[in-house]
Amino acid sequence: MIRFRLEKRLNFAEGGRKLDIEIQLEKGQFVTLYGKSGAGKTSILRMLAGLLRPDAGHIQVEGRQWYAHNKNIFLSPQKRQLGFLFQDYALFPNMSVRENLLFALPKGQPDAIIAELIELMELRELQNRRPNRLSGGQQQRVALARALVQKPPLLLLDEPLSALDQEMRLKLQEYLLEIHRKYGLTTILVSHEPNEILRLSDTVYVIEQGRLLNTCSPQALFPDSVTQSLSCTGTILSLFEEEGRVKVKLSIQGQTVSHRVEKEKARNWSVGQDVQVELDFSTLRVKKSS
Amino acid sequence: MMDWQPLSLTFRLAFVTTILLFIIAIPLAYWLAYAKNRVKPVIETLISMPLVLPPTVLGFYLLLAFSPNNAFGQWLDASLGLRLVFSFEGLVIGSLLYSLPFMVHPIQSGFANLSPSLKEAAYILGKSRWTTLTKVLLPNIRPSLLTGIVLSFAHTIGEFGVVLMIGGNIPGQTKVASITIYDEVESLNYAAANTYSLILFVITFCILLLVYLVNGGHVKSYWK
Repeated sequence: MIRFRLEKRLNFAEGGRKLDIEIQLEKGQFVTLYGKSGAGKTSILRMLAGLLRPDAGHIQVEGRQWYAHNKNIFLSPQKRQLGFLFQDYALFPNMSVRENLLFALPKGQPDAIIAELIELMELRELQNRRPNRLSGGQQQRVALARALVQKPPLLLLDEPLSALDQEMRLKLQEYLLEIHRKYGLTTILVSHEPNEILRLSDTVYVIEQGRLLNTCSPQALFPDSVTQSLSCTGTILSLFEEEGRVKVKLSIQGQTVSHRVEKEKARNWSVGQDVQVELDFSTLRVKKSS
Repeated sequence: MMDWQPLSLTFRLAFVTTILLFIIAIPLAYWLAYAKNRVKPVIETLISMPLVLPPTVLGFYLLLAFSPNNAFGQWLDASLGLRLVFSFEGLVIGSLLYSLPFMVHPIQSGFANLSPSLKEAAYILGKSRWTTLTKVLLPNIRPSLLTGIVLSFAHTIGEFGVVLMIGGNIPGQTKVASITIYDEVESLNYAAANTYSLILFVITFCILLLVYLVNGGHVKSYWK
């Protein structure tokens, strides 16, 4: 069980604002903090991690007091048992993938967990590379593995997938779900991506201007997300005029498709541009993947 | 026959100054890069003063402070047996102050340019401030450390005003190369002055070239 109440005066460009929030979650939950940027989501994670000191309140994680304003308790980040995934991955550039993981291992502990995580996150081929020679998705996989080396009960994710492309996001989401189940974690995600929230979390806390506005299931928050059509983003690869219409070649999640549209519609389009693609399910065929 | 003593003294001074500065500047730069403190701008200004102040001003006040006729100088002499006027030790102290910004500034900007999440990630992994500094922060600002070392070394070699004020020109003690050149010119010994000048010219050129090669990324690719 994790319980916290946090009060903090935050300074934004538009002026000061007070964050005052109380949340209680069960062990093993995967929850999302959802809200506009500037609502205070990241500040909540930073206060949970001990990187930011609240003005008042308390944090209790599985019976242990991490912070209590009235008792003057404030555990440093070093003393809190948690994993934290940063938006910019925060891998140590001077260390290889393996060294990054080894650095996280407390002295004198067996390194079996390193091999296990390298296997689980499919990092075997990458383990001797430096972070600057990895793609964004690979870096975030390493960061995730590193955050789990100490087997923390609590995992905090600060928009960890926002810098990745769609395909990578989907893959990382799978990894996140897998490790969440495998290690029995309690996970708190900061996100404003409906698809991500629907796929990963079981409860959403809607935060607005530093206040908890609503607690609900992801399905209740995004009812429109279950529809008869599928929309995704594609990139225009080429445009050809053909029999009075325009033939557009699109790249959608690594696949190339072509489609004809009216000349008028494609007037402002250019190669390399991203376009919104909508498919309706009237002719959808679903079969078991091999 | 050329007298090598001024040159060897110059390099000894630069070497000692650089090592001491390196040790002093790391905690100072760390504090300046990360602390939020009201006195910080004052400290920053003081550290930068040698960049704009005539070296003679610095030398003059050090001369007054170290003079055995004054309270501080007397105290140094009586309690530590240190006579800092017209001595090598005095030159080292003067050089430390004079070259301080050349060591502190590159290291400070090195720290400031690192993503704050590196430090935070290390803390969350349970690492102490010391481990984080030595294993994460310093190894990732190596080019800045090199720049600081090389610039302070080169700047100390080029010192003149401070040395002249507090060191004077005692052979083997305080008569560094830049003073010797001035001396030789005064006594119309242009050939000797030229030899010393040329040696200093070539050496400082090479040192600065090294900095630009590193900062332009030409050396960086091999340095990592």
